[in-house]
Amino acid sequence: MYKYDDYDQKLVDERVIQFRDQTQRYLDGKLEEAEYLPLRLQNGIYIQRLAPMLRVAIPYGMLNAEQLRKLAHVARTYDKGYAHFTTRQNVQFNWPTLESCPDILEELAKVEMHAIQTSGNCIRNTTTDQFAGIALDEISDPRPWCEIVRQWSTFHPEFAFLPRKFKIAISGSEEDRAAIKVHDVGLQLVKTDDGSIAFNVFVGGGLGRTPMIGDLVRENLPAKHLLTYLEAILRVYNQFGRRDNKYKARIKILVKALGVEEFARRVESEWNHVADGPSTINDNVIAKAASFFIDPDYESAPSEGEFERQREQNKAFSRFVTNNTQAHQKEGYIAVTLSLKKTGVAPGDVSDSQMDLIADLADKYSFGELRVSHHQNLILSDVKKSALFELWQILEDNSLATPNVGKLTDMICCPGGDFCALANAKSIPVAEAIQRRFDDLDHLYDLGDIDFNFSGCMNACGHHHIGNIGLLGVDRKGEEFYQISLGGRSGSTAGIGKILGPAVKQDRVPDVIESIMSVYVENRIEGESFVEAYHRLGQATFKERVYA
Amino acid sequence: MPKIILNQDIVEDTWLKVELEAELPTSGKVLLPYTTWLAGEFDSSSYEAVGVWIPNDTVFDSSADKLNQVSVVAIDFPVFSDGRAYTLARQLRERFDYQGELRAIGDVLQDQLFFMTRCGFNSFAVREDKSIEEALTALKPFSNAYQAALDKPQPLFAERWS
Ligand code: HEM
Ligand code: SF4
Repeated sequence: MYKYDDYDQKLVDERVIQFRDQTQRYLDGKLEEAEYLPLRLQNGIYIQRLAPMLRVAIPYGMLNAEQLRKLAHVARTYDKGYAHFTTRQNVQFNWPTLESCPDILEELAKVEMHAIQTSGNCIRNTTTDQFAGIALDEISDPRPWCEIVRQWSTFHPEFAFLPRKFKIAISGSEEDRAAIKVHDVGLQLVKTDDGSIAFNVFVGGGLGRTPMIGDLVRENLPAKHLLTYLEAILRVYNQFGRRDNKYKARIKILVKALGVEEFARRVESEWNHVADGPSTINDNVIAKAASFFIDPDYESAPSEGEFERQREQNKAFSRFVTNNTQAHQKEGYIAVTLSLKKTGVAPGDVSDSQMDLIADLADKYSFGELRVSHHQNLILSDVKKSALFELWQILEDNSLATPNVGKLTDMICCPGGDFCALANAKSIPVAEAIQRRFDDLDHLYDLGDIDFNFSGCMNACGHHHIGNIGLLGVDRKGEEFYQISLGGRSGSTAGIGKILGPAVKQDRVPDVIESIMSVYVENRIEGESFVEAYHRLGQATFKERVYA
Repeated sequence: MPKIILNQDIVEDTWLKVELEAELPTSGKVLLPYTTWLAGEFDSSSYEAVGVWIPNDTVFDSSADKLNQVSVVAIDFPVFSDGRAYTLARQLRERFDYQGELRAIGDVLQDQLFFMTRCGFNSFAVREDKSIEEALTALKPFSNAYQAALDKPQPLFAERWS
């Protein structure tokens, strides 16, 4: 994992001083509301329905035990004892006071954390695959590149006031687990014919009001040019992106308006001026960045111990292994996903004592490191198979072993109307009603892998467009309704789901989901997932049943 | 007389900005709109000095090379949250090699001065209702930076990693 040196630490410390001063000037009335707004946003502070919300960056989802303990401490001391992990691999606190935010940031800086650019019209936290560095299908580890991009984007002087927010995601594996095609820039690491590393650069993806899949703007960009090329993209966007209408200000609108060829031409022409400049990344720099992400001290092919026998003999453990673990590059090891989707708990929420416990487990079982996934779960990425049973028992006792990863009840879900000022409808109680309806595990497993994504309004924080099932809160004359779309996908075959029909009332949602599932179960062919069946059968079959 | 920050000092501002479409003054030191200046629609002999100001929706072409003939170029921030002027400043300094005074005008506030400096501005007409003295103290909130920019030709990685 990346480790700060004095330079990094100093920048973060200076940021705390700067922000404390800005907040003081605001509280003293020297900074107007409108002037303070972007400053606090660029420190992750939104003013929400009930209180300010502080979003803390977890760069590309990598977290260590000490940091998690600090988050637990912040939750306990400044908040109501819990935190919320987001779809952008970050973490949010829902109840701090504005006055306490500088103190929180000072505490976070002590463990190499910050809230820089977690919000606002700037380059946001770069995200990646939660299984980076351990996935079997990895082409090259994306994390060194994420770190290089993190540094480059942090306080970038030219791009602090873009037309709108800007999100970059990097995938280093064959299967895209970082949803790169729904980001402003999506970077796919590839190996060229001569074995060198390059990027396929997708631009103009995004969700929100106008969901779009990114276009391939540059194929096989030699890796050393990454930063200068990004600079050229951002420059074209900064100069030509719309600023008259915030709903048309994302880069996707510019790419569509210009056409991808013209957009690419402008980027190339801008790039000609900066290519091979000082920001070109030489091999030493690449090697140094990579050196932070070397393998931990794995034992060489440790014995699996009783693993297979335990799996055979304990059904609950076996379910957990099937659903919540992922194969590892290293023999004898396995990656373990802690589901933050227990029925009755808001998706992504975790308490201070759970965080302390998870930190201890990370120390004991996984080299002191963790990952946050964009599915709002936590991952212990390097667990010895021989220790899994013991770990599982502890997780089970602490409500962290819900064996539903990748299944219908492992929903991505935004905070919705309970917390968010922009919401049209609540999301948390509806998510819970659905989880209750599908609480029978055998039924849940029979339905197979399903991405269920839920947003409380069209801002699409819950990625509903790319859920196999997407649920969207809408307002019908002051009443909360829910619109269902089917067939969306993330990953390499990313696509936007199609709206099934008129929105339905809150109490009907679980019934509707159940009808959709029964159409699937009745019509599926051997081995076919829900989303595959949907695309084969077509929308009409589902629509007839739901609106019969 | 209004004041500006120039090269880290507070000095009196002797230039008069001529608004777009406004009538030209007959004497003094004037900052003309870029298009007026490019078109040459003025009598330079009547002025003590001529500079140029640039609206932030300008797209430079090769005629920007000529800006090196003037000693002051100002770029407008109609609102501080509109970041186009940062790109224009860098283009002017890096691509057109502009060497003179580069001034930020308009909604210029202390919390953005660091970014402006890094993009090549060396002169700041801080908004009149704000304290220019306080702004001066906030010029450099960070002692270093990751990126290469005008104040620092190499990125931090070149310094520590190569
Ligand atoms: C609670 C207060 C929140 C507010 C006020 C808020 C606001 C917004 C807004 C306005 C957008 C749309 C921006 C646009 O498309 O241009 C957006 C998008 C998004 N938000 Fe939030 N959000 C909140 C919480 C969250 C949370 C908790 C998550 C993670 C679970 C999240 C993740 C996202 C993501 C991933 C998008 C991206 C959509 C895209 O790519 O266009 N947000 N948010
Ligand atoms: S999708 Fe809407 S309701 Fe949900 S968090 Fe985002 S802005 Fe709020």
